[in-house]
Amino acid sequence: MNMNSELIIEAGRTERHYWRDLWRYRELFYFLAWRDILVRYKQTAIGVLWALIRPLLTMAVFTLVFGKLAKLPSDGVPYPILVFAAMLPWQFFANAFTEAGNSLISNANMISKVYFPRLVVPTSAVIVSFVDFLISGAILVGLMLWYGYLPDWRIALLPFFILIAFAAAMGSGLWIAALNVRYRDFRYIIPFVVQFGLYVSPVGFSSSIVPEKWRLIYSLNPMVGVIDGFRWAILGGNVTIFWPGFLLSNTLVMLMLVTGIRYFRKTEKTFADVI
Amino acid sequence: MAPVIKVENLSKKYIIGHRKQERYTALRDVVANGVKRTIGKLLHPHAGQNDPEHEEFWALKDVSFDIQQGDRVGIIGRNGAGKSTLLKILSRITEPTSGKISIKGRVASLLEVGTGFHPELTGRENIYLNGAILGMSRAEIKRKFDEIVAFAEVEKFLDTPVKHYSSGMYVRLAFAVAAHLEPEILIVDEVLAVGDAQFQKKCLGKMEEVSLTGGRTVLFVSHQMGAIAQFCNKALLLDKGMITQSGEVKHVVNYYMNLSANNMDGFKAETAAGHKDVAIVRAQSYDIDGNPSVNFMHDQKIVIVITCKVNRWINGVDVRVAVRDSKRNVFTTDTEGMELLAQNEEAPEELHATVVIPAGILRPEQYFFKLAAYIPNQAILDLVEDALSVTVVDGGSKYAASEGLDYGCVFVDCKWVIDTNPSHQKALSL
Repeated sequence: MNMNSELIIEAGRTERHYWRDLWRYRELFYFLAWRDILVRYKQTAIGVLWALIRPLLTMAVFTLVFGKLAKLPSDGVPYPILVFAAMLPWQFFANAFTEAGNSLISNANMISKVYFPRLVVPTSAVIVSFVDFLISGAILVGLMLWYGYLPDWRIALLPFFILIAFAAAMGSGLWIAALNVRYRDFRYIIPFVVQFGLYVSPVGFSSSIVPEKWRLIYSLNPMVGVIDGFRWAILGGNVTIFWPGFLLSNTLVMLMLVTGIRYFRKTEKTFADVI
Repeated sequence: MAPVIKVENLSKKYIIGHRKQERYTALRDVVANGVKRTIGKLLHPHAGQNDPEHEEFWALKDVSFDIQQGDRVGIIGRNGAGKSTLLKILSRITEPTSGKISIKGRVASLLEVGTGFHPELTGRENIYLNGAILGMSRAEIKRKFDEIVAFAEVEKFLDTPVKHYSSGMYVRLAFAVAAHLEPEILIVDEVLAVGDAQFQKKCLGKMEEVSLTGGRTVLFVSHQMGAIAQFCNKALLLDKGMITQSGEVKHVVNYYMNLSANNMDGFKAETAAGHKDVAIVRAQSYDIDGNPSVNFMHDQKIVIVITCKVNRWINGVDVRVAVRDSKRNVFTTDTEGMELLAQNEEAPEELHATVVIPAGILRPEQYFFKLAAYIPNQAILDLVEDALSVTVVDGGSKYAASEGLDYGCVFVDCKWVIDTNPSHQKALSL
């Protein structure tokens, strides 16, 4: 409510107040996320339990297939915990990527009728997935208690790896959301990336089974760094991390985030015209 | 004083695709067009960049105006004149192609009632959600919550999902949230049209209150000239993306109403209207000597000839004329069946309906004629709002001295008896 603030609207002008505006609309992040969570479980019989069942079942199948049938090594960690420590960031990434990618389209009406920094929409979608992530995190705590497997000091670094997961989800989510507005082909690319990604990321197995000479190339998949980081922090003990690959993955994550924000901001002004 | 909104040479271009329905692009087409263009260039290196599938459309062209603080500005114009585009640019929803706007103060815009309302959420939840979308903080919404609920009159249904609301309740709630925004500049598109008359009045009242007590600026788009004339003090008239008139609201509204109908050429349909079974294609007003005319003395007959094109004859078609005054009140309607005229076996290509409005009925005023061809209680075949307009001037009636005063719109020859006693019987026997 400041009469002296003057707003200039011009073609191609990057907004000076963008980040300040984003801060002013900070409560909208919360409200949109709150809406999505509220709406998601209305009219469902078991409600929030869905957030527990999906990761649990996936974990059970992976443990059975990779741990029991393929008998892959688990570095001395109970296989369910090995899988779940990776499922946590992977599910978060996959959900966030899907939800953020479709978020602009599903809020098309709002975008063509009201102004607010468009970044709020995909970010809120990522936040919703983060809530699911926290719920899944509770399952992991339960599993670790069940197996009596305690983490060591490295768990204190977990928030840092969560941030990286967040950056990976945001970066890719922003790219796909902005592209999806313009080219609806990306609607079909999203489920494909998610499905494909599950196999090429070390979710059902430890990335230590990848031969040494391929590790660096394997780390071109940004999720490899994120998942390895999670395992390293949660499982502790004799889990090692392949640092060159980890750095490469994280560099790619950061690159994706920065270019994602830039591409999104470059195109967001035309969203209302093409959506 | 410096204006709160300063718009300079604002233009907005849209590219219209003629082939596709969707506005978004498919990657396939981008690739295919790219290849086509490259090959095209190789084959015809000097050909122009003409793309028959895409056409430029200027929704706004070189628009400039200033708005002062506290003004209530009506924006009027036909459909497609650029009103909504202007509001969208002012609200920062879309970007101009060129030009510059400076705005001082916080802008809130209401381009649609209930944007972001979610049908599954309750009234209470939607108030918070909608408030946040419109840019209110949670504390602000909390503070105004009771006021919003009272204005919307939905106390009893606060915890009911809005999908169970009647459309009236829905609109009331949505407007109530927006009306309590308290921005310095409020932009309102034609959103009140959805509510009932009483609610519209309440909303206009609220907007007026916001403007008068807070010195706030309001931009208001409506097709209802009455609402514009009543609520606004200034107006802008847009036509094909350009401002053709601006200034005092009365002046602009009058200009617009004259423009929309009061020309000597009468009415001519712009399209061939081949898809209509019976289409009104021409209409013209004449004096009794058969000369086209739009100005009449109050004691002259007005002759109107309506030409209908018959594409497919249907029995039982009626033609109707409704007469409106400049305040948009329809005060008389007359109808005539056309089936008698078409009893010959071959359906006629054109039918002319001639109607004579008797002299000495219409008071000095500007009148607008709405024409329709329809089948009673079944279907409207064609309808033209404000097809014609005529001006009736006083030709020397006993009210001539009162010209300019509002003394009604019809002459009625009443009987009077002036006596020292009540003279009921005497008056009736006159």
